[in-house]
Amino acid sequence: MDDVAAILEPHIPGLRRYAWALMRDREAADDLVQDCLEHALAGWHMRRRDGNPKAWLFTILRNLYVSELRRRSRRGTRADVEEADSAEALHDSDPERRLIVRDCLAALDTLTEEQKSILLLVGVEDLSYADMAKALDIPIGTVMSRLSRARERFRQAIETGSAPQLRRVK
Amino acid sequence: MIADPPIGEDDLNAFVDGRLAPERHALVGRFLADNSSLGERVAADIAARNGLRESLQFKAAEPIPARLRIANLAVERRRAPRRWLQVAAAIVLVALGGIGGWFAHGRFGATSIAQGEAPIAAEALRAHRLYTVETVHPVEVAAAQEAHLVQWLSRRLNHPLKAPDLSAQGFHLMGGRLLPASSGAAAQLMYQDDGGARLTVYLRADDGEGGTAFRFVKGQNASAFFWTEDGFGYAIAAQLDRPQLLTIAESVYQQSKSSVPTQRPPPT
Repeated sequence: MDDVAAILEPHIPGLRRYAWALMRDREAADDLVQDCLEHALAGWHMRRRDGNPKAWLFTILRNLYVSELRRRSRRGTRADVEEADSAEALHDSDPERRLIVRDCLAALDTLTEEQKSILLLVGVEDLSYADMAKALDIPIGTVMSRLSRARERFRQAIETGSAPQLRRVK
Repeated sequence: MIADPPIGEDDLNAFVDGRLAPERHALVGRFLADNSSLGERVAADIAARNGLRESLQFKAAEPIPARLRIANLAVERRRAPRRWLQVAAAIVLVALGGIGGWFAHGRFGATSIAQGEAPIAAEALRAHRLYTVETVHPVEVAAAQEAHLVQWLSRRLNHPLKAPDLSAQGFHLMGGRLLPASSGAAAQLMYQDDGGARLTVYLRADDGEGGTAFRFVKGQNASAFFWTEDGFGYAIAAQLDRPQLLTIAESVYQQSKSSVPTQRPPPT
């Protein structure tokens, strides 16, 4: 089991970051990561030997998240993050940096799940375009055009400040 | 000398992500310098990408919580016999039906577990629903008479029973009752934790027709783990999430194994 830990554990910080960016709730995000790791352990012998364990893990986590969203939307609850909470990230003492964090996270909230995942997995978790294509099960050219579109939406949301963070009542 | 291929969307994305070879990066940089409006947009994309990375960096810098350590997750799995691994893998396949290219298609048919296919699970959940809401008569024979309870149920089920000790998981025995079941008689043992949450252990003879593997089913208000061992069926039902219930089910499984009387030579 030590070798399994040696392969999986270096990815846990990144998995926690991706999960938190999607869920914006500390416990719920770690629940998702735990679920992901349990699935990875159970499916360990089924992973592709030539595959990249990092991309495999992030793909499992995203699939779990997407099926959770589907379950919630079937139940009629809002399918996106109900109460996106950035408070945990607003720890910087520099007010200007806090503003950047708030704007970035609020802009992220305006994107669709797939746009969020592309931005986060490519731009933050450094997945290759080829791995992104496998994770989303789409051709690499489609990854490129969706990445461009996600970047455009993200940039515009930051520039116009259209993110509705001010309407939230704390 | 072959001319450089024209700049494309893929170049711009890779430029933002810093993934171009140095020569190509320089070429795209010059191209953007000549196209100022595009250059400004790309610069804004780079700034936005950096902003997002910085906003989230704190999370990756945190120490890993103990519950996410592979060693801790693996302990739960190692304590159980190998059959648990296969079953857990089957649960994964159900849950991850759409994982796409990562698993060999077709080799592993993901079967969803409908309650109808597992009568013992359906019976256990029904009995759980019916009796856990009881405030006055949750059990027929209370835990104060545990010896009598166990003897009586063992006789009626024609199988030596033992009430599992779940105090390590925070649940104490309230008592039990005898129930009619498709196979004759069934026993329900009820447990409660300090917060008043109730858990039931459902036991009856089971020919294993519905499968003997260790399985999980999620009902409307409660979930259950169930399995069949040597012609006897077990179902553990509670309103708990899967990992918590798994720990308890594992404990019941281990105790049911050890309760089978075996003559061991005294330690030398």
